Amino acid sequence: MSDVNTTMEHTHAEAHDHAHEAHHENFFTKYLFTMDHKMIAKQFLITGIFWAIIGAFFSVVFRLQLGFPDADLSWLAPVMGRWLTPDGALDPNFYNALITMHGTLLVFFVLTAGLSGTFANFLIPLQIGARDMASPMMNMLSYWFFFLASVIMFVSLFIPDGPAQGGWTAYPPLSYLLGHGMTLWLLSLTFFVASTVLGGLNYITTILNMRTKGMSMFKMPLTIWALFFTAVIGLLSFPVLVAGFILLIFDRSLGTSFYLSDLVVNGQFLDKGTGSPILYEHLFWFLGHPEVYIVILPAMGIVSEVLSVNSKKPVFGYRAMVFSILAITILSFLVWAHHMFVSGMNPFVGSIFVLFTLLIAVPSAIKVFNWIATIWRGNIRLNPQTMYAIGFVSMFISGGLTGIFLGNSTIDIQLHDTYFIVAHFHIVMGVAAFFGMFAGIHHWFPKMFGRYMNRSMAYMHFWVTLIGAYLIFWPMHYMGMAGVPRRYYTFDAFDAFSQFAGMNVFITVVVMIVFAFQILWVANFFYSIFKGRKVKESNPWGATTLEWTTPVNPGHGNWPGEIPEVYRWPYDYNKNGHEFIPQTVPMEEGELEHEETPAPEKVS
Amino acid sequence: MTALLIILVIVLVLVVLLQIALTSDFINFIKGDDDEEGRSKFQGSMLMVFLVIGFITLIWSIFYFKGRFLPEPASEHGHLIDMNFNLALFFTGIVFVVTQILLFYFAYKYRYRKGRKAFYFPENNKLEVAWTIVPAIVLTFLIVKGLTSWYAITSDAPEDKIVFEATGKQFAWVLRYPGADGELGALAGRDKVSPTNEVGIDWNDPSSKDDFLANDIVLPVGKPVEVKIEAMDVIHSFFLPHFRVKMDAVPGITTRFWFVPTITTAEMREKLGDPGFNFELACAELCGRGHSSMRKVVTIVTPEEYQKWVEAQTPYSQLVGAYEQKTSRQTAENANVGTALNAEIN
Repeated sequence: MSDVNTTMEHTHAEAHDHAHEAHHENFFTKYLFTMDHKMIAKQFLITGIFWAIIGAFFSVVFRLQLGFPDADLSWLAPVMGRWLTPDGALDPNFYNALITMHGTLLVFFVLTAGLSGTFANFLIPLQIGARDMASPMMNMLSYWFFFLASVIMFVSLFIPDGPAQGGWTAYPPLSYLLGHGMTLWLLSLTFFVASTVLGGLNYITTILNMRTKGMSMFKMPLTIWALFFTAVIGLLSFPVLVAGFILLIFDRSLGTSFYLSDLVVNGQFLDKGTGSPILYEHLFWFLGHPEVYIVILPAMGIVSEVLSVNSKKPVFGYRAMVFSILAITILSFLVWAHHMFVSGMNPFVGSIFVLFTLLIAVPSAIKVFNWIATIWRGNIRLNPQTMYAIGFVSMFISGGLTGIFLGNSTIDIQLHDTYFIVAHFHIVMGVAAFFGMFAGIHHWFPKMFGRYMNRSMAYMHFWVTLIGAYLIFWPMHYMGMAGVPRRYYTFDAFDAFSQFAGMNVFITVVVMIVFAFQILWVANFFYSIFKGRKVKESNPWGATTLEWTTPVNPGHGNWPGEIPEVYRWPYDYNKNGHEFIPQTVPMEEGELEHEETPAPEKVS
Repeated sequence: MTALLIILVIVLVLVVLLQIALTSDFINFIKGDDDEEGRSKFQGSMLMVFLVIGFITLIWSIFYFKGRFLPEPASEHGHLIDMNFNLALFFTGIVFVVTQILLFYFAYKYRYRKGRKAFYFPENNKLEVAWTIVPAIVLTFLIVKGLTSWYAITSDAPEDKIVFEATGKQFAWVLRYPGADGELGALAGRDKVSPTNEVGIDWNDPSSKDDFLANDIVLPVGKPVEVKIEAMDVIHSFFLPHFRVKMDAVPGITTRFWFVPTITTAEMREKLGDPGFNFELACAELCGRGHSSMRKVVTIVTPEEYQKWVEAQTPYSQLVGAYEQKTSRQTAENANVGTALNAEIN
């Protein structure tokens, strides 16, 4: 133990020197090729926001097609001229491209890189008491791999045959048959995986090795636990995805047939032997399902923290929260084939995945009950971040419960690939994760930029988004139950599906309003960076964790002096008459740890 | 032009909102003391209003869309699926209502008030155990119910089944029936596919001789039917929403799904009071440009009508002249395959 401490002191001393060097930075080393974890976090965040705007804009365009199939979109010609037919309608190929890009951008570039990239980079060193990441250089590379992936994906939007059109799942043989957009898509995501793996390794190493004195694993805030397990999931599953992609690249470019069997395309016979697309489905979903936990776990961590700080009440059942994240992490690797119940896979295999899929509802339920118990009898400051956190829990309940329908293979026969699943995952990992992200940004904005975000705008944005999200996605459950399939360019051909035309119009109108308010949020974000009210006190929310012991605008190295030492768990709120007790305050004599606190005699 | 105007209006509204927000935050700031209590009260009350109006809207929507979601099942196992759905709906419905009410109500009730102390209540193992075990029991029940049904649905089809073949290709379904002998001829391989042999039938197999291709699916009521699902180019999915049938069509692999239709098209039309009603086949796996146009009509008839329909079909081998010594290309292109009796039945 003493050895470790000596090494740590040593590292701290070095990092301390480094902190003073920060004054000699120029524009490039400060904002672009920076190794400061806080700046890298901001790079991830702003790149994520950029992609979120594009991804959301795409969804507005394809919603226009679904709601108003006859609308003249020629006013969009300046931005997407080639994507329109001469009479101003959206070309079906580009409709497929839009849904593919919407999914890819939001799932990978926004909710993986933008969410866990931002908060893992920003919070891990600050909350565990480290000067920076274990390897700042690797951290910088992680961002620049992501940037490279972004550039390639962006370029793919402008090539003549358009970006990838095979859905974000890119099942072969369809993805085998597609053009250059698909090539760029695969290339971009391969770089993206490199970025995630570099980042993930770094997060895990930092958390395991660089915690400050006294910060045992069970004294870490839940954000860190969540980010830790997120990195573990990413590290174990992303390489499998890249293996799947590389085989697909081989099939497309080198004439192999891992995923292809004899095909007849447009009357042309392709002699491909006996490969199997099901192999790709397995490889894809081995990441694809853990991916949703990569998206939602950081949001869960943020929400636990935000609810506790703003209720001025400890997170209820801290250890249960940690173990349920662990349970989710383990189970997340055992459920992937619930995406393949009707893929032609052996039904017996399917039944095992039913079991694990429904089991994962147990840790999720524990978390929900614990959040509700956290706010129970609190003193809740309904700041914007609290509202977003409450919105998260509400969305997580609504979307999580429909997972119980879909995870049941029997019911999934009807619901698979319909609007029911669209509603389910948009609510549970789309809107909920975004609410977690908004909560986190509002909560840590003062630490990131030394200013506050505009509150009134945040409230407006919250309400429109919450109401709008329910109005958009709730009716989709009904459409899905009737069997309306997803990824349809038009429902005109089918009597059973075209009956929902009115509902599609309604959804599209709401989508446009909600999109406008997302732009309002982006305006608020950038306005507040430069013009927001300045933060005066170093701990504006009255929180206990270490990031609030740094100066208002921490330099590279985070703490100007020694790194503070930690004596207690991060959730001592309203204990012994103190509204909050920072982690750096030593335990008083005779003071009980939280797990030793006797159960209250009267609970209600 | 209208679109441009709409965009302008939206931008204008956003700018106005921006200004209002900036001013209101600025006023708070110069007033000096931030009214945290009033703010929390307002937002808390809004949460309650949202909860109440949300539930009212939810109940209204259920009545409004009643009869449109989960359409009347038209197959035996369809009832099994709907039973599982309703079971899941019952349990999740309870959890949904209770947790949403608690969440919003607590947020309102325990909103910030000056000088009030929150209750230091870090953990309680009894509660944790309770809300671990109760969901686990409920889920076990759902798993057992679900898997029992799953095994019943995916079991082998009865011996007296009628088998037909559906082959997905970009962007249509090719439907092949076994003809009088009740046996589908073997497939010789995709390399045999040609304009005169749409799916690559093995003409050396004697049971191929009377196979016929049909334009639409016609099936007898009350008889077990197994559909043999194939794909020619990319993955498709054979989806009959009313029959609760869905199975992917995967290139290189034969998949199967069997079911028993329980109601004829005529009966269904009468029941719904909709003389134009048709059961439909759709593709449920993104397969490219024409994904949303892979429709076929499914007609369920009485066994007698079905027998008549089968007898009226011309075998594919005969249409393309597979057993005659002549180039059959022209015959195949002109042949109006399998439409002979469809009109009569519809």
